Amino acid sequence: MDYLLSLVIFFPSFGAIILGIFLRAENFESNKNAKLLSLVTTLATFIFSIFVIYNFNSDDSGFQLVEEHEWLIGLTYKVGIDGISLPLVILTTVTMPIVIISSWKIENKVKEYMICFLLLETLILGVFCSLDIVLFYLFFESGLIPMFLIIGIWGGNNKVYAAFKFFLYTLLGSILMLFAIIYMWTVSGTTDVPSLMTFNFNSSSFSLFGYNVKGGIQSLLWVAFFASFAVKLPMWPFHTWLPDAHVQAPTGGSVVLAAILLKMGGYGFLRFSLPMFPDASILFQNFIFVISIIGIIYTSLVAMMQTDIKKLIAYSSVAHMGFVTLGIFSMNQQGIDGAIFQMISHGIISAALFLLVGVVYDRMHTREIKFYGGLVSRMPNYALFFVFFTMANVGLPGTSGFVGEFLALLGTFQVNKLASIIACLGIVLSACYALWLSRTIIFGTITNSRLLEITDLDGREKLFFFPLIVLTLVLGVLPFLILEISSNSVGLLVSNFVENIE
Amino acid sequence: MNIGDILILGPEILLIIYALITILFASFFKDERSNLFIFNCTILIFIFSALIIYLTPLEGESNIQSIFIRDSFSKFFQVLILLSVSCLLFMSKKYLENNDLFKFEYPILILFSTLGMMIMISSKNFLLLYLGLEIQSLSLYVISSFRRENLKSTEAGLKYFILGSLSSGLMLFGISLIYGSTGSINFEIISSLITAKGFYPGIIAGLVFLISGFAFKASAVPFHMWTPDVYEGSPTPVTAFFATVPKIAAVAVLLRVLFDCFGPLLESWQQVIILISVLSMLLGSIAAIGQSNIKRLMAYSSIGHIGFVLIGIASGNEKGLSAVLIYMVLYVIMNIGVFVFILNMERNGVAVTSINSLNMYNEVSKGQTLFLTILLFSLAGIPPLAGFFGKFLIFNAAINAGLSWLAIIGGISSVIAAFYYLRIVYLMYFGMVSEPLNGKMPTSHWLILSGSAILMLIGIINLYGLEGPSFIVAKSLLN
Repeated sequence: MDYLLSLVIFFPSFGAIILGIFLRAENFESNKNAKLLSLVTTLATFIFSIFVIYNFNSDDSGFQLVEEHEWLIGLTYKVGIDGISLPLVILTTVTMPIVIISSWKIENKVKEYMICFLLLETLILGVFCSLDIVLFYLFFESGLIPMFLIIGIWGGNNKVYAAFKFFLYTLLGSILMLFAIIYMWTVSGTTDVPSLMTFNFNSSSFSLFGYNVKGGIQSLLWVAFFASFAVKLPMWPFHTWLPDAHVQAPTGGSVVLAAILLKMGGYGFLRFSLPMFPDASILFQNFIFVISIIGIIYTSLVAMMQTDIKKLIAYSSVAHMGFVTLGIFSMNQQGIDGAIFQMISHGIISAALFLLVGVVYDRMHTREIKFYGGLVSRMPNYALFFVFFTMANVGLPGTSGFVGEFLALLGTFQVNKLASIIACLGIVLSACYALWLSRTIIFGTITNSRLLEITDLDGREKLFFFPLIVLTLVLGVLPFLILEISSNSVGLLVSNFVENIE
Repeated sequence: MNIGDILILGPEILLIIYALITILFASFFKDERSNLFIFNCTILIFIFSALIIYLTPLEGESNIQSIFIRDSFSKFFQVLILLSVSCLLFMSKKYLENNDLFKFEYPILILFSTLGMMIMISSKNFLLLYLGLEIQSLSLYVISSFRRENLKSTEAGLKYFILGSLSSGLMLFGISLIYGSTGSINFEIISSLITAKGFYPGIIAGLVFLISGFAFKASAVPFHMWTPDVYEGSPTPVTAFFATVPKIAAVAVLLRVLFDCFGPLLESWQQVIILISVLSMLLGSIAAIGQSNIKRLMAYSSIGHIGFVLIGIASGNEKGLSAVLIYMVLYVIMNIGVFVFILNMERNGVAVTSINSLNMYNEVSKGQTLFLTILLFSLAGIPPLAGFFGKFLIFNAAINAGLSWLAIIGGISSVIAAFYYLRIVYLMYFGMVSEPLNGKMPTSHWLILSGSAILMLIGIINLYGLEGPSFIVAKSLLN
């Protein structure tokens, strides 16, 4: 079991290599084989990740299942997990089989599509597991290539613009982080994440071009990391790539983007920004609160004005990520627990919502809100699922959406009452657009004659919604399933943080 | 002078004798078969001399070491040059045959220019260096206009010749200034004089002229003007040659002169190098965006890459030097891969170089598209491909040397540069449907293309074990 984590990380790309080398023909049968093989690979990865949970000791707050090998130029290949990364790893391994099933109807370049997703899974898992900062960067940045191709090849009409915007935006954000990483390596002499967490970066102010930089070098490093994570998360005003990418991406791409890729930003804040630059984090706390709140309110308002279902959900994602940053930068146990929980819950719910959009898009090839109406009479099961996940998205108690937002706001309230009160408005606004959306497209009578032919969910579609519903409900009622895993690591994070503040 | 000294020059002497014999041979046998024979023999002789150089141990003392030296630095670059030349020559065969350019002069000219480069890299003396440089340049002028009846090719040759002689003149002027103020043309003597007496009037001026000359050869801004035109006008195999081998030589000589001879003046030349580095990176990445010809695009791409290499030189430390060595190796592999693809871009037997002709190339050949995509992402420096490590090491060296701002400019220009590499990827995978290319790629070319792409993929594991040797070479140069 020494190589368990590496097995989980690299198993999907192993499947991708097999697909790439051995699957030659291009017909219906081989497409089916490609889909089956990817499904088996992702399911196997999921099973391996169950072993990871089994071997994980939640009383231990440090890194576990650590593997370390020599690599280039003094870098190491070091992977390990703690309570912060484990839930995200599981989220990834759970989501990927669902994505594969949901892509069952793809007929265009199936092999390449599956290879892209399998490689993407490896890269995402690598991000969450790596304990060497350069290794982390490597995985973090590599994810751009498959995602660029996914949006570009299988995307909608305006895919070129969206793919380029996605790629260049995130590349620019992360190149600054690369410089910060190299600088940290130069100063501390190590790229090992646990050692960097205990290293004190200089935080005494200095003057740059006659401008006094508060928090010194730490602030600059913090900003460089922020540039990368804020784009990835995304935070207002760095979010503009997200709606484009979402709208143009195929359903599977949207699901991966919303459910997992966005979480890398939040994870980055938790893994690097908070523990490594505590003083700067305190300095920027109010800044983060302000842009999170603007993000929540503004994107909720923007969501209300959308005419495209996917765009509406994309904006709602940005708003929900605002709660994550609020929770993270409240820097206390409840807030961070809430942020992690919110990331997981948003992963599940937004995945479901994008899949729901995909279902009607597959049938009608449009995402115009105006086009739909009265779906409940033709698609009762669909209507049920849609309303359920909309409610979960709003944060109805009993669903997982509630727990995360509640904890994040609770944490924020202890630090900044005003911030949490304004952020609460966001929940109301999210109810506005979510209810409006489900009223418009689900209820009422059918006015569009083309909808008379639409069919309800088939067995395959029910199959991939089922685990998502179960997860949403179970986590909503038994939140300790995740909090138990994460709370010790979060506790350590918070106590180290308090210690390290000068 | 004894027999040992001659043995040091062994590979060079071998190449000269071979070249002379080949010229004689070719003037007697003028048929197609003997051309092919010469062609193949030249490839073999390159590989053979690379082996000799690789296998000869570093010698101790020799009587000519004040003029000519075979240290680990020159060994590294000479082996790199010889191997890439043999690969490039091998690649060019099909194109030359198709375009009626398959003549015995081609391999011989390539051989002479390679010889010039080898001498340049090994010289410890400005006179020998200049001779090597001229042997190289004169052969290059000729092969750039190798397609005589073509207007663009002649233009390229003429342009290259006029600008090249100007730069040689500048360099010669710089050398005489240095000679005038130090009284020596030997690197070591000049270096020790500078250390002993400090600043010499005239040396700085001479140094600036020298650097301008080298910048011309390496096509760094503001001496890059010839690059796009010559790249576009020359026959594609020649372009492939220009893009790789003379660049290696120019960078090697620049390193040799700056560190061996002007090492003590680091602070003076550093500013010049930084300036041309910044200009090259920015121009290379911005000007390439508007290009529609893939050869011109590769010209600007090479200008940009030289800018990155110059960052490594400007950092002036061991890390920077070893980063430059690794970067050059990666650069050569990537360029060989991309150019083997460009050599095979043709429609109905006619070579095509417009980028738009790559539209939906994925439908034509999946394998080639995939490999080219890997190479392009690697050129853009996106992890996990080896090109990323080239940039990473360079940035690392710059930040270690306190040149963080230079690294940041490099980072920004690499984001801009990513745009035009991505544009090709985008065209190949999701462009419009248009009249597709239909050239058949020979298996050997396919192997080179896939090999270089796979090298980029596995480079992430250990960088082909280059890291240790490159440090040794860097150390030997710094001492």
